[in-house]
Amino acid sequence: MSDKKLVGIVLVSHSAEVAASVAELAKGLAGGGTQVPVAAAGGTEGGGFGTSAELIAGAAAAVDQGAGIAVLTDLGSAVLTVKALLAEGDELPEGTRLVDAPFVEGAVAAVVTAATGADLAAVEAAAAEAYDYRKV
Amino acid sequence: MLDADFFRRWMAATAASVDREAERLTALDSPIGDADHGSNLQRGFTEVATTLEKEAPDTPGAVLTLAGRRLISTVGGASGPLYGTLLRRTGKALGDAGEVSAEQLAEALRAGVEAVMTLGGAAPGDKTMIDTLVPAVDALGTGFAAARTAAEQGALATTPLQARKGRASYLGERSIGHQDPGATSAALLIAALAEAAGE
Repeated sequence: MSDKKLVGIVLVSHSAEVAASVAELAKGLAGGGTQVPVAAAGGTEGGGFGTSAELIAGAAAAVDQGAGIAVLTDLGSAVLTVKALLAEGDELPEGTRLVDAPFVEGAVAAVVTAATGADLAAVEAAAAEAYDYRKV
Repeated sequence: MLDADFFRRWMAATAASVDREAERLTALDSPIGDADHGSNLQRGFTEVATTLEKEAPDTPGAVLTLAGRRLISTVGGASGPLYGTLLRRTGKALGDAGEVSAEQLAEALRAGVEAVMTLGGAAPGDKTMIDTLVPAVDALGTGFAAARTAAEQGALATTPLQARKGRASYLGERSIGHQDPGATSAALLIAALAEAAGE
């Protein structure tokens, strides 16, 4: 299974620290040594709060193994920028999808599922299912 | 007829206007947003003006498509993908023609505005740039000056509205009484269009 192509995960947040931390958390909870390619695209290129199309495109290219890419976002411009890049057609690798999921819980579900070698549809479904988990 | 030069003048006039008004846009964005609208758009349209000077695209559609791409890449806030989509979709609707009529521009802008509504999910009355752009495009059939007037009125009319989209919507009723920054910058874009047309 080690040579199987895995779905890549891109985490887009207004904050570089949030994106990087959630990536670490999801990889940690998926078990040490997971091979799932996960990239964080947080904040602006200048290091401030916001969204960078360049960082998103770079992160997507970095995790692309040809099995598809699930992009999870926090809110506002993160969502709109990914949607606008997808509408552009050639800005993100083929098989890139914006996943409608809660950011932290969805990221964990996506990475854990991708680690099993699941396809993009299964990763997307697992991340979206995180909405159904009620806390109270 | 409107050629690529007209569209480059429109973008240059927008960049100059956003530059002049950046502080006011950010001030409007302070009570109901995150106080970055002016600086974000200033960065974006400055990049647009620089790129257009360097690459000099030679059709109206190419000018707007390139401008839209630069906005998506450089703004860093929600206004980037929104204005980027507006210009890019308008540019795509204009196709490869070397010159377009004012009527064709109005139709293309309508397609651009509809794409923005789809992307952001906003409708007229939600206290957004749509409240400026929809009446402006409706008035464009009458002329550029009429579009500018309709845009300015649309922006002013956002003051009593309650925000239903974007960060301002978290404020609920407290968003009432503030003119929307996005609607205000959209009025600058339309005023720059009239300026490029010499009206």
